[in-house]
Amino acid sequence: MTRNWHRLALATISCIPLSLALPAASQAEEVNIYSYRQPYLIQPLLDAFEEKTGIKTNVVFSNKGLGERIATEGENSPVDVMLTVDIGRLSGAKDLGITAPIPAEQLEGTVPAEFQDPDGAWIGLTSRARIVYASRERVEQDSIDYEDLADPKWRGRICTRSGQHDYTLGLIASMIAHHGEAETETWLTAVRDNLARKPTGNDRAQVKSIYAGECDIALGNTYYMGQMETNDKDPEQKEWAASVKLLYPNSDNRGSHVNLSGVVLAKYAPHKEAAMKFISFLTSHQAQGIYAETNFEYPVDPEVPVSERVLSWGTLKPDSLPLHEVADFRKAASEMVDRVGFDNGPQS
Amino acid sequence: MIGDAGKSSEGAWSGLALVAAALVLIPLLAIGWIALSPAGDVWHHLLTTVLPRSMATTLILMAGVGVLTTVLGVGTAWLTTMCRFPGRGWFDWILLIPLAIPTYIVAFAYVEALDYTGPLQSALRSVFGFKTSRDYWFPEVRSLGGAIFVMSLVLYPYVYLTSRASFLIQIASVFDVSRTLGASPWRVFFTVALPMTRPAAVVGVSLALMECLNDIGAVTFFGVRTLTFSVYETWLNRSSLEGAAQLAVAMLLMVFALLWVERQGRRHQKFHNHSTKHLQPSRFKLQGWRATVAFTACALPVLLGFGIPAYILVKMASRRLEQLMDGAFLAAISNSLFLACIASVLTVSLSVALAYGMRLQKNVILSLAVRFSAIGYAIPGTILAVGILVPLANLDGVLNSFSKSTFGYATGPLLLGSGVGLIYAYTVRFLAISFGQIDSGFAKISPHLDMASRTLGRTASQTLWQVHLPILKPVLLSALLLTFVDCMKELPATILLRPFNFETLATTVFEAASREAFEDAALPALAIVLVGLLPVILLARTSAQSFRSKSSTRPPLEAAVPLASPDLSAAE
Repeated sequence: MTRNWHRLALATISCIPLSLALPAASQAEEVNIYSYRQPYLIQPLLDAFEEKTGIKTNVVFSNKGLGERIATEGENSPVDVMLTVDIGRLSGAKDLGITAPIPAEQLEGTVPAEFQDPDGAWIGLTSRARIVYASRERVEQDSIDYEDLADPKWRGRICTRSGQHDYTLGLIASMIAHHGEAETETWLTAVRDNLARKPTGNDRAQVKSIYAGECDIALGNTYYMGQMETNDKDPEQKEWAASVKLLYPNSDNRGSHVNLSGVVLAKYAPHKEAAMKFISFLTSHQAQGIYAETNFEYPVDPEVPVSERVLSWGTLKPDSLPLHEVADFRKAASEMVDRVGFDNGPQS
Repeated sequence: MIGDAGKSSEGAWSGLALVAAALVLIPLLAIGWIALSPAGDVWHHLLTTVLPRSMATTLILMAGVGVLTTVLGVGTAWLTTMCRFPGRGWFDWILLIPLAIPTYIVAFAYVEALDYTGPLQSALRSVFGFKTSRDYWFPEVRSLGGAIFVMSLVLYPYVYLTSRASFLIQIASVFDVSRTLGASPWRVFFTVALPMTRPAAVVGVSLALMECLNDIGAVTFFGVRTLTFSVYETWLNRSSLEGAAQLAVAMLLMVFALLWVERQGRRHQKFHNHSTKHLQPSRFKLQGWRATVAFTACALPVLLGFGIPAYILVKMASRRLEQLMDGAFLAAISNSLFLACIASVLTVSLSVALAYGMRLQKNVILSLAVRFSAIGYAIPGTILAVGILVPLANLDGVLNSFSKSTFGYATGPLLLGSGVGLIYAYTVRFLAISFGQIDSGFAKISPHLDMASRTLGRTASQTLWQVHLPILKPVLLSALLLTFVDCMKELPATILLRPFNFETLATTVFEAASREAFEDAALPALAIVLVGLLPVILLARTSAQSFRSKSSTRPPLEAAVPLASPDLSAAE
């Protein structure tokens, strides 16, 4: 009996050395980052920053709750900056009161006014367009408008990710801003009935579905194309990418819907100086170049060239709608997706 | 009779129990507190649009899972205990194995396999020359039906365990009588065995339904919009944490209903305790096609709930073998083991403190607190995590300013920054599971033992250490193992509460799945399954052994308490 207890105690004690694996609490030169952006997307930037400045970066990645975590941690929060996608989440951070103003004059690069919060609560780092992926084999046309997605000729041919995802909500919010709620709801209902299946997966999965023949067109962000075209680990993704072409919607009128990824400086950042160095670095030509060439996003700095690969897909004409309007209609868009039952898939 | 030392030791135990209960209750109260703030105008939308649908979806899901787990669990338990057919001895414990796989991993494996772009449908298309999805019909796996199917296959072992125990323990003699009186095997099953095993099955089903209610991983994969799903959407897309907390609190009504049903089930189970002899009932011998049917009926759930998903994972993982020696993967394993070790030991210790404290002194406040704390098991993980952030962040603040003013040194986020939050979250979440087992274990130890021990001069603490714990050892072991597996599997709270640069196996799976790099997710997923497998096998073996032991002097602890259960009736 006692031998067994000893064994149990031993097992417990043997766990303890592992606790050394836990990171040390605070060092002098480091930046603590909460990220809604996936680690593999930001890693090249973190590496470049560490190499350039010698400042260590620490990351927690999550897809929900980071803003609330900062708000609850309050004055004691260890976090310095939060990286996020979507204008809704950027302005949400501002509403939570967890941001400190970012002094624009301290930034190394140029961030155009439309990609910055007027009060400096957040700044944009990259933009991406919500475009239409179309089967090279089964779709003839080379241009499209978002409004056309409601056309019955697409019945059973459209794929998309969940209507409640940030990217879809952004697009629907921009439709509300342009057309009003009633008209957008009619449009969304018609798009729902043109779906080939229930909204599911991420943007890459939509392209895979086109490749496999499940649908002919799909909504997606631009940079996924680059990630698939250059994926050496899973070479079959290159085939998926080769089966589609990109249509930049509304190129002949208001332009394609674009959204942002951006950064927030935490109100109680313990390493404010290092954090500002990091944010400033993200706006630099070097970092913007990494965003452009490695992640295939559009750099916000107009002086940094867009990747050749991205240019090869087509020309982006961005919708000039102010992004705060997209943020304003986000809740209305989310409720509309529920009302229409968009995520339940086609109903007639 | 009892000296002062004994008294003070008794008081200390009650005090400890109160502290333990308070620790678990604080995050739940924090959620309640958040729910008290006005939630803006989200409720109009919730009531008119979201709730009717998600309520219906949740009820259908629970009904489906309830029926299917009952059929699978009770059916296989009957076959393996009451019939003889080839492979029966193996199925006895193999049927438990699906318990080792987290539902979100099974869901992800099935979606990969059965989706339009998956291998099965691709093969169908190339064989029959179909070009698009409009050319043929195939059941949609991302559906309510798919969710019911997958969840039932993973959760039926709860019902299997409880009904198997009840078949084994009590009805052997009754069966013999029924058969002597000329009842056919089917008649024995439907008119004698089934009614008698109902309470046990209800306990298992209510556990399965709790798991199904708080699940977010699998329902997201399947696009099934349950109440838990709505909680997250209200919070994230309509920026109303208050509304989400209110919805979560409203959901608890369903949990209380389940807990009530479960308690009713247990109440009727009490007569189990008096049976100390487990005579193996004579088994129906199945031959020919009957044996084949029985074999298939037992093999199918294991094959579908474990075999196929595990095969898919192994196949994917084989493309990523180089990850095996990857530092990040090894660190994730060690982090997972470390957290699960500490959290399960802590949880079981707290459960012992609670149960023993309540055994020593009847205390209304304590028993109420304990009953409430069981709902930690059923609250959606991320909401619970927010509830944990509140007290921990405040405590961090107090520690920080204390240390600053006393030592002139700021500690910063000492607790949240070190992973204490994670261990706290696991404890709150899984206390119900371990407490249920340990408390029932205590209930089966005769109070006469306590009296004898105390009369012989042992203090309350000495009695616990020298009398109760040795007797409870099998129960403690099974509570420890189940909590350990659950900690390994836990995802939503882990994502939000983990410190910087800290990944576990579960978060590695999540990270890979969130960029749809399923091959990268396979190896860590497999590691979770393998680690989960060990305790399940051990559990199956110990419970099987307990039935075989002829001894009737020792109470059949692990026999009657086969599995976790948030039963809180000990205070009565």
